[in-house]
Amino acid sequence: MTAANDEHLPAQPTEHLPAQPAEHLPAQPAAHLPAQPAVRSATVQASPEPAISAPAPALALGRAGAAESREPRLRARGLRLGYGEDIVVDGLDLDIPDGAITAVVGPNGCGKSTLLRALGRLLRPRDGEVLLDGQRIDKMPTREVARIIGMLPQSPVAPDGLTVADLVMRGRHPHQNWFRQWSPTDQSIVTEALEWTDMRELAERPVDALSGGQRQRAWISMALAQGTEVLLLDEPTTYLDLSHQIDVLDLVDRLHRERDRTIVMVLHDLNLAARYAHHVVAMKDGRIVAQGTAESVFTVELLADVFGLAALVVPDPATGTPLVVPLPRSS
Amino acid sequence: MTKAPATPGAPVAPAGSVTPGVPVAPTGSVTPGVPVAPAGRRVVQAGPFSGTVSPRAVAVGAAGLVAALAIAVFSIGHGSFTIAPGDVVQVLFGGGTPAQKLIVLDLRLPRILVALLVGAALAVSGALTQTFARNPLASPDVLGVTHGASLGAVAVIVLGYSSSAVPFAALAGALVTAVLVYVLAWRRGIDGFRLVLVGIGVGEILTAGISWFLVRAEIVDATRATIWLNGSVAGAEWAQVRPLSLALVVLLPLAAATAFTLQAMQFDDDVAQALGIRLQLARLAVVLTAVALAAAAVAAAGPIEFVAFVVPQIALRLCGGSRPPLVVSAILGALLVVAADLAARTVLPDRELPVGLVTAIVGAPYLLWLLVRVNRRVSA
Repeated sequence: MTAANDEHLPAQPTEHLPAQPAEHLPAQPAAHLPAQPAVRSATVQASPEPAISAPAPALALGRAGAAESREPRLRARGLRLGYGEDIVVDGLDLDIPDGAITAVVGPNGCGKSTLLRALGRLLRPRDGEVLLDGQRIDKMPTREVARIIGMLPQSPVAPDGLTVADLVMRGRHPHQNWFRQWSPTDQSIVTEALEWTDMRELAERPVDALSGGQRQRAWISMALAQGTEVLLLDEPTTYLDLSHQIDVLDLVDRLHRERDRTIVMVLHDLNLAARYAHHVVAMKDGRIVAQGTAESVFTVELLADVFGLAALVVPDPATGTPLVVPLPRSS
Repeated sequence: MTKAPATPGAPVAPAGSVTPGVPVAPTGSVTPGVPVAPAGRRVVQAGPFSGTVSPRAVAVGAAGLVAALAIAVFSIGHGSFTIAPGDVVQVLFGGGTPAQKLIVLDLRLPRILVALLVGAALAVSGALTQTFARNPLASPDVLGVTHGASLGAVAVIVLGYSSSAVPFAALAGALVTAVLVYVLAWRRGIDGFRLVLVGIGVGEILTAGISWFLVRAEIVDATRATIWLNGSVAGAEWAQVRPLSLALVVLLPLAAATAFTLQAMQFDDDVAQALGIRLQLARLAVVLTAVALAAAAVAAAGPIEFVAFVVPQIALRLCGGSRPPLVVSAILGALLVVAADLAARTVLPDRELPVGLVTAIVGAPYLLWLLVRVNRRVSA
């Protein structure tokens, strides 16, 4: 089926890529722009994609020099994860590149969110380990971890009546104790987090009275106030319309660029993942099928394998990143 | 949204050039503004402590405290032998005639103190339970505490043991049931919702047990048991005040110690854990404190209805915020029970009502009124 569809692929010229990203789009790191045609045509197929057959070495491309000399801070080794009797993830190794945006993609139920929860020590591995700075994360004091790793679940629940300012202040919790429940530092960090996410005007509003996009910005503001270098986001764009999805992802992109945060996010939208992530991890049935730059991961073959999706991959006219265009099932 | 300054043409520096781990200073796009003061709160600093308090909560708490003390003084003076409030205060500070001293210190003060302490204990227990279960309908009743205590007390009464055994039986029943509920609800940890459901289920079984005892009881015993089941501070003596105050001296600071963690526990489990809460440990501490407070109160005065359930919600609505305030709950709980006890003694000329009946009659409509009023204000 894949091969048949590939026959129909028009050969895309690469020259139409815009020289400059449109101004409203997140500026991409230079290495992110594909140097080769993004379309995997039948001829390209002849040289097998290394990313498909085996997990590529983490961050082989794109961000040379980012973490050459040292090990990535957050790593998973031989992870076996599950709930109750079900094993969702088995034998998974993963290095999270420091200071970059990593997107985890895959079909529903492939174990993306489970993996993210394990990375954020919310789920104890059945086997294997998650390492933070070389230490087993489940052996570290959880408050200490909370100062390094922040995590936003898919649909976080705030108590009724909590205001945005209160929510963001709770982000300071790991830095406080019973005696020091508030400090000028907390105050200035909270203020900055509110301003940074453009939530200052809404600070006194109850969280439950916000629109979906505002609510997500409020939660990101809280995660920001937590001041963690690593941020794990589980589908931060769920239930948002496209414009608010872009808002949230632009915010994530700014977190990376202006604050040098390490971000791991589970995303459903492959095109947005390709556009915003430096490192893409594709999962299927609890295993990593491919990882690397969006260009190396989003191939026609991989989409067919992982998602069972017949699709074209063309360069995104705006950013040059891969754009997945699903083909009608009937064709 | 604030736009990042994207200079056209200028290549964005690859992140690799930024030293990882070094926090990057905020860029020019962030306008440092006036700090946001905590919503409606003041920052307080006292010795090593720094935190925020809401002036509104302080005002409500102070008013409640004054009201509770005033009613307590009036209530001590009220009775077949009336003593003026001024004289009552004098006696409390060591003055007064021997007759006044006897009536105030030996006869009436213990009852009032039990009312105040039981009210505070039940209200704090309710505030803790509602916060950790993230459910305004939760109260120590749904943790099985009340039913366990009731079964213990009724069994002792009906089986003909001495009255002095009743508080111990109630305490034992409360603690055994709470442990049973906790163990039955345990499944790789405690989930608040599951705990409440198990508690309700166990409570129903115990209710059947209570009914069984009442049905086969002698009529005199059944009446005594029914009075106990309605909650009463009548006939309270110093023998009840001492263990109760001892329990509160230990448990109220424990409750205050959990308050800081409670803030973060209000979120769903994942968020709370991501904020560095050791959820199972924190939950166990909160449940233990709540259960012990409720058990101490029920052992002293029987299950006084509605205090644990209604007072935290009243305190929450009076003070604002997102969770029932512990200190204000304690004060309002004491106020409600001492006021209800006064009403129970005075409403009917010829007989005394059980205080639990009055708290239900007073508390429930007040909560309804607050709910209606607050809803209207929001929708207006």
